[in-house]
Amino acid sequence: MRAFNYSKTRAAGDAVMTVSGQPEAKFIAGGTTLVDLMRINVETPAQVVDINALPLKTIQALPGGGVRIGALARMSEVAEHPLIVQGFPAVSQALLLSASPQLRNKASIGGNLMQRTRCPYFRDTALPCNKREPGSGCSAIGGENRMLAILGTSENCIATNAGDMAVSMSALDAVVRIRGPKGDRTVNLVDFYVVPGSTPNIETVLQHGELILAIDLPAAPHAARSHYLKVRDRASYEFAVTSAAVGLDVQGSTIRSARVALGGVGTKPWRSKEAEAALVGRPATEATFVAAAQIALSGAKPRSQNAFKIPLAQRTLVKALRTLAGGGS
Amino acid sequence: MSPAVGQPIPRKEGRAKVTGRARFAAEYPIRGVVHAIPVLSTISRGRISSIDTAAAQAAPGVLAVLTHLNAPKLPYRPFERPLETSTRVGVFFKPLRDDVIRFNRQYVAVVVATTLEQAEAAAALVRVSYAPLRAISSFEEGLSAAHQPREKGSRGLPYQRGDPELAFAAAAVRVDQRYTIPTEHHNPLETHATIAVWNGNQLTLYDKSQWVKGVQQHAALAFGIPYDQVRVLSPFVGGAFGSALRPWAHIDLAAMAAQVVKRPVKLSLTREAMYGTTGFRPETRMRVRLGANASGTLTAVMHEAWGQTSTYEEYTENTLDATRLMYAVPNLSTVPRLVPMHVSTPQYMRGPGEATGMFALETALDELAVALRMDPVALRIKNEPLADPESKLPWSLRSYVQTMQLGAERFGWARRTPAVGSMKDGGLLIGMGMAGATYPALRFPTSARIRMNLSGSVTVLSAATDIGPGTYTSMAQVAADAVGLDVALVNVELADSKLPYAHAQGASALFASLSPAVREAGRQLARQLAARAVADQRSPLYGLKAETLTAVNGGLSGAGKRESYAALMARSDAPLEVHLTSAPPMSAPKQSTHCFGSHFVEVSVDPDVLEVRVRRVVSAFGVGRVVNPRTAHSQAVGGIIGGIGMALHEQTHTDPRYGRIMNANLSEYLIPVHADVPPIEAVYLDEVDYAIGPLGAKGLGELPIVGVAAAISNAVYHATGKRVRDLPITIEKLL
Repeated sequence: MRAFNYSKTRAAGDAVMTVSGQPEAKFIAGGTTLVDLMRINVETPAQVVDINALPLKTIQALPGGGVRIGALARMSEVAEHPLIVQGFPAVSQALLLSASPQLRNKASIGGNLMQRTRCPYFRDTALPCNKREPGSGCSAIGGENRMLAILGTSENCIATNAGDMAVSMSALDAVVRIRGPKGDRTVNLVDFYVVPGSTPNIETVLQHGELILAIDLPAAPHAARSHYLKVRDRASYEFAVTSAAVGLDVQGSTIRSARVALGGVGTKPWRSKEAEAALVGRPATEATFVAAAQIALSGAKPRSQNAFKIPLAQRTLVKALRTLAGGGS
Repeated sequence: MSPAVGQPIPRKEGRAKVTGRARFAAEYPIRGVVHAIPVLSTISRGRISSIDTAAAQAAPGVLAVLTHLNAPKLPYRPFERPLETSTRVGVFFKPLRDDVIRFNRQYVAVVVATTLEQAEAAAALVRVSYAPLRAISSFEEGLSAAHQPREKGSRGLPYQRGDPELAFAAAAVRVDQRYTIPTEHHNPLETHATIAVWNGNQLTLYDKSQWVKGVQQHAALAFGIPYDQVRVLSPFVGGAFGSALRPWAHIDLAAMAAQVVKRPVKLSLTREAMYGTTGFRPETRMRVRLGANASGTLTAVMHEAWGQTSTYEEYTENTLDATRLMYAVPNLSTVPRLVPMHVSTPQYMRGPGEATGMFALETALDELAVALRMDPVALRIKNEPLADPESKLPWSLRSYVQTMQLGAERFGWARRTPAVGSMKDGGLLIGMGMAGATYPALRFPTSARIRMNLSGSVTVLSAATDIGPGTYTSMAQVAADAVGLDVALVNVELADSKLPYAHAQGASALFASLSPAVREAGRQLARQLAARAVADQRSPLYGLKAETLTAVNGGLSGAGKRESYAALMARSDAPLEVHLTSAPPMSAPKQSTHCFGSHFVEVSVDPDVLEVRVRRVVSAFGVGRVVNPRTAHSQAVGGIIGGIGMALHEQTHTDPRYGRIMNANLSEYLIPVHADVPPIEAVYLDEVDYAIGPLGAKGLGELPIVGVAAAISNAVYHATGKRVRDLPITIEKLL
C-alpha cells in the first residue's frame, strides 16, 4: 500500500472542494472496496477524504410515495428499512443477498454504487488490464472469463459490474443526486453507468470531485411488486453468476407495466427496456416470459468460458418473472 | 472411576482459543521484531535479468532488501534422507539462491523494514525484469511429458493382478470413464508465518507447523548448525490440512533476514503468497474401467492417474492405493503417472491421494450400479473382500459393510427411489447418493515424557503438534487413565522441539503413534510411584506388594488402604519423570489395517437455474475406538465440509498464458460458507481394533473427506441425470 494523507470532513461542500482540488484524492466511506484495492496496489490515492461525518445517512419518504436514501446509509439499514421492504422489495432482497453481514454493516449505499469490478485481471497488477492501465490490453478476453460480462462489452474490456443493489435500483428507475464543484445535479441510475467502449477506465458519468448525496427511488406498482433473484456458485457471500431484478404490475392476467434488469452479465447493471416492451400488454405466462428473456439476451457476446451465461440468464429472468407472477416474491 | 478415554471431554485449549490467549505463530510479542515482506515473481519460468531495489532501499524504515544478488548463501547441508513429509525425488526450492524462476509467485526478493506497512510499501517499489522462457502452465501441455514416478514403492509403481484387459473385454457390463479433480489449495484460516530470533548461534523459530522436529532439522541443515541450536515452537495452529507438514522456503527467508538485519524478523505470508509456495492438491486426471458380470460381481478394475507435479521435485501421492484394496476383484491394475509443470511443488492435502482416487472409483461404481440397475449399497456389499486383495493379509478389522448398513439406516436410504429425477420437494429436484471411504491406519515411532508434579498433578510433554484434532485433550485422557487420575489434573505441553521426538501430525497417524508412548510412560510412572510407596514407612501402603496396587482416583490403593499422589509427592524432593519411545513392531505386518466409512448425501437441484445445495449428510465411520466423541465430531464434520467444497466449490484457476493463478484469494477461491453446510450427522461403529495400538483406536483426520465428493456427484446424478466427472460441479456442467 502506498502511503497516503487522511483527512476528515463535516460538510459535503468541503469534501467536494478538497477532492476536486487534488487529482489523486478519493472519498472514503465504508472503505470496503477502496481499502481492499489499496492493499493490492490497484488503487493508489495520495489522499483519502473521510466523508462518514457528513449528514447523509437518512432514509426518508418523498412526497408521492418514493424514498430518498442518503448516500451514507449502510447497506444493512437500507435492506431492513420498512419503506424499502414494502415499496421496493427487490432492492431489499438484492442488498440482503450481497456480501456478508459484516460488509453490509460497513458499506455505504453511495459506495456500493461505486463498487469496482471483480475481474481478476483488474486486481492483478502483474498483468495487462485496460481498465487499470489504459492501453495495456485486456487479458480477460482470452483468459479467465467465466464470471465476466456478455452484455455491453467491447474488445477493450469485458469486466462485469459486480453489484446487486445497483441492478435492482436500475430496474426501478433510481435517480442519483450528485454534488460537484459546479453545483448539484441528478442522473438516472441507468445513465449513471457507462459501457467500457474504448475507455474502460471510465465507469460512470461522475466527474472527479463529484459526490453522491442520495439515491431517490420513485414509487410505482411494479416497484412494490418487485423481486430480485441471484444465482451463484455457493449459498452466500458470493457474487452473482447471473441475477435478475424484475417488477411487474399485472391487472387481470395482463401485464400493465414491467421492469427488467440483469446482473452478473453486463459491464453495467443491465436494464433491458426491450424485454420490458416484450412483457407489457401481454399475458403473464411462461411463453411471454421466455420470449422476453430471449430478447433480453439477444445482444449477448459470449467468450471462451461464459457462453453458459446466456441460457442461465434467460432461465434466471424467467424464474424471477414466474415467481413474481405467481404471487411470491 | 470410569476411563477418560471415550468421554466427550471438552478441549483443553478451548478457553485459550476462544478468549484469544492462545498464541499463534505471528502473534508472539518479540521485543524489537521487524517485518519481512517477500516480493513474488510474475512469470513462471525464465531468469531474472535485472532487479532494481534502489527505490525500496531508500524507502522509509527499510533495513534490508535481499535478492539472489546479495542474500547470504546458506550452507544447506544435505539431509541423510529426505524428510518424510517432503518429496522423495528432486531438490527442494531454496529461496534467493539463483536467478532462475521455476514457478509463478516464487520469492525473488525480501524487504525488511521496521514496520509492516513500511515493508509492504517498499516491497511494491522493487522492480524486477525477466528473461522469460516458455513455461508448461496447462495440464494438456504437461501431458506430453508425462512419466512414471521415479519413486519406488506402492504409490510410485504400476500394479497388476490377474489379467484386467482380458477380463474387461469379456465383461457383461462395462464402465470406461475419465475423471478430473482440479488444483485445490489448503487455505487454512491462519496464514503461514514465522518469527525468527537469533541469539548468537541459537535460532528460535515461532512457526506454523505440523511437525516442529521436521522444521528443526530443516533449519539446522539450512544454516549449518547443530540440531540442538535450533528451537521450533508451534503450540497452536489455525488449520493446516497438510500445508504445514513440510518446511517451506519462507522459514529460510525469515531466518536469513534476521541474520542479516541482526534483529528478530517476522514473516507472515499474505493469502496471495500462500498460492505461491505452500503447496496444493495437484490437478489429477484419471481413467477408470470397471467390468462386471450381470449379477454385479466385479471382474476387472483398471485405474490410471496422471497427477501434476513441479519440475524440480516429484510429488507422488497415494491416488490409486485405495482402489487396490476396496473391492474383491481378481483382475486389477493401477498405473500412476506424473505431469511435470512449471508450478511449485504440490503437497499433501487432507486425505491426500485417497480423496482424489476415491472420487473416481466411487463415482465409477455408481455408474456401474446404474448400468446394472442395482442398488449402489448392494453392489458394494456384493464385492466385499474377505482379506486384503493386494497384500492377501487378513483385515485387522474391516467394517465397511457395517458402516454402509448403519449409514443407510440413519439416512433413510430405503426411502430413495432409484429412478433419476423421481424425487422432488416443491419445485426442487432431490437426489440421494452414497459412496465409500477408506484410509490406512498408520503408526510411527514417537516419544513422550510424563511427569508427576509435586502437587500430584501430571504433565505430558511431547514435540507433537495439535493442529486442531484435539491432541492436547486426547493425550490428557490417555495419561489420566494410565496414571489413574482425573483428566482435569493432567496438563499437556506440546509442539516445542525441545520436547521428546514426535512424528508429524499427518496421515491421521499422530494419535496412534503418540498414545502408546504416553500410555506406557504413564503406567511406568504409576508403577514407580507404587514402588516408592511400598518402600516408604511414612506411606499407608508401606509393606504391600507394589504389583498388587491399583492406580485409580488420583492415587494408589491396595488391601483396603490408599494414598493419594498428592500425599505421596508431598514427601518428595523432585517431580518424577518417565521418558519413553514407542514404535510399531518391526516385524512384517500380519494384518491389513485400515479405516472405513461411507457417506450418504441428499442434494437439491433447482431445475431452472441448476444451483446445487447439499441438504443433509449422514456418514458412518469404522475407526476403532473413538477416543473423544466431541473432538471426533469436529474432525468428522470438518472433513465432510471439506468434501462439500471439493464437490461443489474448490478450484484453483490458472491462466495458462501467464501460468498465473487468477483466484489467489478467499473471495474468488470458493470454499463452503455456513449457508452451504447442512445438518451433518457423523456416527461411529462401536468397535475396537488393537492391531496398531493398545487403545484400539485408529485415526480420523483424513477419512471423513474421502468419498464425499463422489457421494455428492452421485446424488446430483440421481437428481438430474447429469453425470459430472470433473470437479467441481458447477452450474454450467448441469445446463
